[in-house]
Amino acid sequence: VRFLHAGDSAVIVEFGDGIDAGINAQVLALDAQLQAAALAGVVETVPTYRSLMVQVEPLAFDRDAFEAWVRAALPTLAGATLHGKRWRVPVVYGGAFGIDLEDVAARHKMTPTQVIDRHAAGVYRVYMIGFMPGYTYLGGLDPAIATPRRLDPRPKTPSGTISIGGIQALVAGQEMPSGWHLLGRTPAITFMARRDPPVLFAPGDEITFEPIGADRWPALEQAARAGDLIAEVIRA
Amino acid sequence: MTHLIVERCGPGTTLQDGGRFGWQRFGLGPAGAMDRVGMARANLLVGNAPSVGAIEFALVGGRFRVEGGTVRVALGGANADLRIDGRSVPALAAATAADGSNIEVGSARDGLFSYLAVAGGLAAAADLGAVATHVRAGIGGIDGRALHAGDTLPCTLATPIGEDLALNSGFKIAAENGPIRVVLGPQDDYFSAAGLATFLGEIYTVSPQADRMGFRLTGPKIEHGPKGYNIVSDGIATGSIQVPGMGEPLVLLADRQTTGGYPKIATVITADLGRLAQMRPGTALRFKAVTRAEAVALLAAERTALDAFRAHLVPASSAADLSSERLLSLNLLDGWTAGG
Repeated sequence: VRFLHAGDSAVIVEFGDGIDAGINAQVLALDAQLQAAALAGVVETVPTYRSLMVQVEPLAFDRDAFEAWVRAALPTLAGATLHGKRWRVPVVYGGAFGIDLEDVAARHKMTPTQVIDRHAAGVYRVYMIGFMPGYTYLGGLDPAIATPRRLDPRPKTPSGTISIGGIQALVAGQEMPSGWHLLGRTPAITFMARRDPPVLFAPGDEITFEPIGADRWPALEQAARAGDLIAEVIRA
Repeated sequence: MTHLIVERCGPGTTLQDGGRFGWQRFGLGPAGAMDRVGMARANLLVGNAPSVGAIEFALVGGRFRVEGGTVRVALGGANADLRIDGRSVPALAAATAADGSNIEVGSARDGLFSYLAVAGGLAAAADLGAVATHVRAGIGGIDGRALHAGDTLPCTLATPIGEDLALNSGFKIAAENGPIRVVLGPQDDYFSAAGLATFLGEIYTVSPQADRMGFRLTGPKIEHGPKGYNIVSDGIATGSIQVPGMGEPLVLLADRQTTGGYPKIATVITADLGRLAQMRPGTALRFKAVTRAEAVALLAAERTALDAFRAHLVPASSAADLSSERLLSLNLLDGWTAGG
């Protein structure tokens, strides 16, 4: 691992520089150990694909002791496995909900239904939640539908957008610009401050998608806004 | 209960505090005051802890009406006027506003962000553990948005305790005017030696694209190394300086995204974040690399300076009679009238 400076307020423990399930599992294992250890000066931890950012209170944090602690923990991280929840997330694919579905299908010489089938067949891993609230970055996309990002990002894409970019897949938390391809949209709200719990997914969870008809959108959207999770835990 | 009613305010007026931590793993950045020291001074002047929630103004001030009781206020951060019913309050002094009076914060004369602190704090409901408003995420403050006319801000105290304090006029605040100090990394290895030399040697200018999320700077292009300018997204700290493909730096601040895919050449030290945040578009600056240990020592010095500031607060009646009279007379000479 490498210990990288992010100023005085954060340290980054970097396990590698690629997108890899094994590396991500080590990041999440260290994350879990650090959360349990509650070391002096550690404010919070931010797991990403291949590194863990540790936010600290600079005047209460002993960086050398931290590094020694992490190095001592490293042997226990190798071969780490994940035991997150598995979710079922309803998605309306295509049409106004997924304006790039037909284009993605054409690029891969498939029908839109074939793209939906391949996207919805996957069991995805939550590698990281980042960028803005509830942006859930997934690994596990079928390489047959992997699609390079758009050259001209769209200035606005709706909340709940289900999109793909390269070999990555995403559940968007809120309305944002995006250069990814929009396949569909879920009524589930990934981050809602005044709901209990405010967040649905955690890094290390697994996500599956369930295609639903557009006719179900209005009722589900209304229920989600009222605080229903909509997404369902199918394995705790 | 005592309330402040917002009569008018600039579009960037928000409730802020020391920031909201614990949610970055879910994509929510900490927000909080852009100039922590400025907010801390305002809070200390009214007897609060340094990071109690206060009203942050971005360039444009605002006007408030006091209802239902008495309130003590003080201003910190950017240099701006504070007036109660048209009477100027001296800089670095608290003042008490009676029921029915008007509190007016002027536009910043220099700098960008000023802070109005209220003795005892505002009784705003914490959202996920903090008052700090993150407007892009729609979280904190009042309904996750900036303040606007008609908003009602309840105060924790019905009536302030004790008397108004002011900074002893003999105490001078040391002003730091040198380069903005950074710790190199986490991705300084994505830049060529020439690129690093450009970053640390040349002058950069704050562009008009400067807000609570980040300040885009203009200046000589910073050359990346052979590894290019895309990384697998990793965590972003407050003060992280991203350099996208175009080669101009972007300093990420309070409302930053939590992760990003551009290499970060360096991170502005915590002690210099407030100073950077007060630099208006057009301000020229240089960067200087320091070690992490030096950055921590500078932060400790900032805390010591705030302790000294607090230790030199004295009753306003004894501290600043002369200067307040002088300011009042200047206002009269200028023909300034209340309530404008």
